[in-house]
Amino acid sequence: MTAARRSGSRVARRLVDWGLPVLGLAALVALWWLATIVFSIEKFLVPAPDDVVEAFIGQAGFLMEQTWVTLLETVQGFAVAVVVGIPTAMAIASSRLLEKMIYPLLLAVNAVPKIAIAPILVVWMGFGPVPKIVMVFLLCFFPIVISTATGLKSTPAELTELVRSYDASRLQVFFKVRFPYALPQVMVGLKTAISLAVIGAVIAEFVGADAGLGFVIVQSGASADTPLAFAAMALLGVISIVLFYGLNALEKVILPWAEENR
Amino acid sequence: MIKLTHVSHVFAGRQGEVHALDDITLEVRRNELVTLVGRSGCGKSTMLRMVAGLLRPSSGTVTVAGEPVGKPRQDVSFMFQRAALLPWRTVLDNVLLPVEILRLDRAAKRRRAHELLELVGLAGFEKRLPHELSGGMQQRASLCRSLIQDPLVLLMDEPFSALDALTREELSIELQRIRMEQEMTIIFVTHSIEEAVLLADRVAVLSPRPGRLRKIVDVDIPRPRTLGRNAYADRVAEVSAELHELLMPAPIASEGAV
Repeated sequence: MTAARRSGSRVARRLVDWGLPVLGLAALVALWWLATIVFSIEKFLVPAPDDVVEAFIGQAGFLMEQTWVTLLETVQGFAVAVVVGIPTAMAIASSRLLEKMIYPLLLAVNAVPKIAIAPILVVWMGFGPVPKIVMVFLLCFFPIVISTATGLKSTPAELTELVRSYDASRLQVFFKVRFPYALPQVMVGLKTAISLAVIGAVIAEFVGADAGLGFVIVQSGASADTPLAFAAMALLGVISIVLFYGLNALEKVILPWAEENR
Repeated sequence: MIKLTHVSHVFAGRQGEVHALDDITLEVRRNELVTLVGRSGCGKSTMLRMVAGLLRPSSGTVTVAGEPVGKPRQDVSFMFQRAALLPWRTVLDNVLLPVEILRLDRAAKRRRAHELLELVGLAGFEKRLPHELSGGMQQRASLCRSLIQDPLVLLMDEPFSALDALTREELSIELQRIRMEQEMTIIFVTHSIEEAVLLADRVAVLSPRPGRLRKIVDVDIPRPRTLGRNAYADRVAEVSAELHELLMPAPIASEGAV
């Protein structure tokens, strides 16, 4: 009886979890549709939802290819940022000297508007995927380093003292306590980074590309094919959401303890 | 078993030097339980950390089992005020943490861990994560962890002070039971007079700033002791009163009157 009720409430919760965002989206699309009809807005200014869907279906194959290009750039740049960022954060967290040396530099580099670097990247690396990956990396690197370093430095004193009382080696302290303790904070950095990653890829594609959703948006802007641009933007949104919730799901699986502790 | 000889400790504080401990000489015999009581800031924890090898005295010597303490020893274990469990490890894995770090025999210690958990009433909770346990249960798990390495010496830094009064008394009684089963020399830091009387063979009373050994009080009340009504209530009250007088500053009047 209670088991049945519990599973019933679980279904209800699922419905709320998934149903509410869908409802929000549906409401927004309806408003948008209504606006285009009521104010009779031209298609090349703001296309109605059905125009966008039509544009999408008309060039589905092409759009999927471009989505794949952008997705690949995003994921590759993000992966490089993780691989470089986490060890950098470890270095910062383990040595005061390195922290003092690297930190201001990092802040300065981060303060440079990335869009300003994009044309230079094209000059250096051409129109291929590399400058996009580099741009994604540049945007992702900073939040990953900051969050990871913060996490590594937030080990509670009692835990450090506990392992010290076993005369543990530095490596043992790191792998048994400090790193696992930092993981929820690392995830915060990864989630911030993944939302920036897609933006990075699109910025780079705007400046100089022959493929990718950013490229599609620039091209359709030039030919006033606004419905296609909207379709591309919607796909960018989908990429972001999928990547973000993918990380969220990963966190729930590998850090089941984290939610209760923060 | 544990010997502190003319031990002093000076911290470099923000406003110059702080004398945490001043010329402490104390010997704890094998199998004895000595409680350190004193007001906050009298250097109780500092003393304990020196015996654990986590801190070096500015002067004087500390020995455990006849050997001077340089770094943490495997046969000395430390129990903290907070449970200090790793939140991602199950109760059982938390208890086995020292086994991994000290590279002890895993299979044998696994069996021992189950025994210990059973002993403190945590059987059936082996696979739970710490956040699923109450404060008292967490501290019980922490106690198991400090016993897993079969220590000769157990150093306890106000281990029950974050718990409610009843849980606290329960754990004190459990500790007495464990002592009957296993030989151990224990130094127990507390600021509770009740706890000191309940547990101790001797109570070392410290006075603050700088931390000095004020007096050592023998507690020769038969065990097991409880706080409730019992045959030795008078003696418990008597020792408690003595400790109380030692800990309170001589004229009580001015501070209490509002």
